[in-house]
Amino acid sequence: MSVKLVYFAWVREKIGKGEEDLDLPAEVTTVGELLAYLKTLGEEYDEALRFPEAIRVALNQEHADHSEKIAGVREIGIFPPMTGG
Amino acid sequence: MSLTLHIAVQHEDFDPSAEAARLTEGRPGVGALVQFTGFCRDEGGRLSALELEHYPGMAEAELQRIAEDAVGRFSLIGLSVIHRYGKIMPGERIVLVSATAPHRQAAFDGANYVMDFLKTAAPFWKKEHNADGSHGAWVAAKDEDDSARDKWVKP
Repeated sequence: MSVKLVYFAWVREKIGKGEEDLDLPAEVTTVGELLAYLKTLGEEYDEALRFPEAIRVALNQEHADHSEKIAGVREIGIFPPMTGG
Repeated sequence: MSLTLHIAVQHEDFDPSAEAARLTEGRPGVGALVQFTGFCRDEGGRLSALELEHYPGMAEAELQRIAEDAVGRFSLIGLSVIHRYGKIMPGERIVLVSATAPHRQAAFDGANYVMDFLKTAAPFWKKEHNADGSHGAWVAAKDEDDSARDKWVKP
């Protein structure tokens, strides 16, 4: 499955890019599995996602739990806890 | 009378009095207006600026979701939420929430609710620019912001 990934704040800085299109292996079906897969793509991903429990994810621009399925999702946002306001 | 709901994510500064007018002029049912303005602090001279990053599209959508929840929960007459992004200097405004209702408690609660959820769920991130030129850090999320949000969901 092909999906657009978008990264923000220190996740973006550590991975070294703001967005990319990736073809995901069929066995990657949930948000949690996606984060585990991304960590295998290189040192910069492993460093950015070292504490996956602290990472927030949005599916098609809506917040999602790590247990949620990603089938059919077009855009996945990956970022640290938010600090607006 | 129709509801006034205004959401904006922008770099430019905003005018709190203009938002007050938007929510109150020609609205004789309004008995209360509460406005919260958040500013960029210099943290005792340590910071020269904050850089606010946002998730374009999702930031507006999430503010809209939070605003609609607040309008329904507190029966607000009007609600305006404006959040800035980009480089913001100490003393400049960052965020404005304006809420109107027939009575004060709903207006206070509506503005408070929006800020508590905005802090924890709207996709914005702050990076510090240090006054001494050293490398600035990303602001860390605070546990008390989660606690402030959670008071609205306790039974």
